[in-house]
Amino acid sequence: MKIHISKYYYGDIPEEKAGGFQDQKSNVDKNSWPLWEVFVRSKQGLDHKHVGSLHATDPVMAIENARDVYTRRQEGVSIWVVESKFITASNPEEAGELYEPAADKIYRHPTFYELPDEVGHM
Amino acid sequence: MNNSLIDYVLHLADNSLILAQRNAEWCGHGPILEQDIAITNISLDLLGQSRNFYQHAATLIGNDATEDSLAYLRTEREFKNCLLVEQPNGDWGQTILRQFFFSAYQFLLYEKLQAHKDEQLAAIAAKALKEVTYHMRWSSEWVIRLGDGTTESHERMTKAIDELWRYTGELFMAADYEKKSGIDVSLLKDVWMKKVESVFEEATLSVPEKTFMQNGGKTGVHTEHLGYILTELQYLQRTYPGAEW
Repeated sequence: MKIHISKYYYGDIPEEKAGGFQDQKSNVDKNSWPLWEVFVRSKQGLDHKHVGSLHATDPVMAIENARDVYTRRQEGVSIWVVESKFITASNPEEAGELYEPAADKIYRHPTFYELPDEVGHM
Repeated sequence: MNNSLIDYVLHLADNSLILAQRNAEWCGHGPILEQDIAITNISLDLLGQSRNFYQHAATLIGNDATEDSLAYLRTEREFKNCLLVEQPNGDWGQTILRQFFFSAYQFLLYEKLQAHKDEQLAAIAAKALKEVTYHMRWSSEWVIRLGDGTTESHERMTKAIDELWRYTGELFMAADYEKKSGIDVSLLKDVWMKKVESVFEEATLSVPEKTFMQNGGKTGVHTEHLGYILTELQYLQRTYPGAEW
C-alpha cells in the first residue's frame, strides 16, 4: 500500500484536510483498496476477536478475503469485517489521563470478597 | 476389474489436478495478496480432491499403482482431463472465468455424484461439494465484479469469453467411460447454462452465439498446453525416479 505523508504548516492546510468527517473521496489512490479490520469468532458462544486487517473493494469481498486469509486453518465459525476508517481509536498520547488514574484504585476490583466454593470461577 | 469406472475416476482426478496446477501458477503472482491466497487456496482444494480420486483409482487398479504413479508417471495421452482446465491462465479475468465455468460444472456434477453407486466416489463428491460451492460463489462474484467493472475489465472479460467458450461444450459431451460408469453430463447442460446466463446478465456480459465446440481432452487428445503442464509437474519424478522428501 502506498502511504502518502505530507506536512502542513499553519494556515496552508487544504480544506479537505481540515478535519471533520473524512469521506471516501479523500481516498484518491485508485490502486489501493480500502482497508478492513477482521474479527473472527473461533467457537460458538465466544466473542469475535480482532485478528488482523486486509484490503478489499467491498464488504462481500472483505468477508471472502477474510475467510481465505484468516480461517483456512479452521480458526473460525463467524467473521465480522468493518472498514478501518469507521473505527475511532483512543489517542496513545492521552494514555496517561485515560488509563493511569485507574492504576491505584484497586478497590474497584471485587477481590476483597470471600467467594463460596460452590460458585467456582467467576 | 471395471475399466470404465477406473477411467472415470481418473478423468475426475485429472480435471482437479490440472486445474490445481494451473491455479498454483498464480502463487506469488496474484494481483493482490488476498487474491493470491484465495486462488492458491482453491488450487489446494482441487489438489486435495484429485488426491482422493487418485487414491481411489489406485485401489481399483491394484498392482503397484499409487496416487503418485498416477499423477506423475502417466503420459499426456493417458490424461483424461477436459480441455478447459488445461487452458493458460491468461490474465486474472481469464483465470477467473475458467474457474467460474468449471466450478459451476463441478458443482452440478458432484451434486449428482453423491448418489453414485460406488460409495467411495459418492463420499469424495459429498466432501468436496462444500468447497466447490465456495469456489463457484467466489468466481461468480469476480466475474460480476470484472464484467460490470471498468471499461478495461469488461473488455478483458469479453476477450476471456472469446478465448474459453469453445472449451465449455466438451464438459457436456460424454466419453464412453462416462456413459458406462459416470453421471449423464448432458443433463447438466441446461442448468449450467442458466447459471452462466444469470451471472453474465449481472456482469453485463453476453453469452456467445452457438460456435464450434472443441473436444477430445476426455479421451486423451489435448491442446498443446497439457504437455508443458506435465513437463513441469512431472519433472522431478521423471528425472529422479522414486525421489522422496
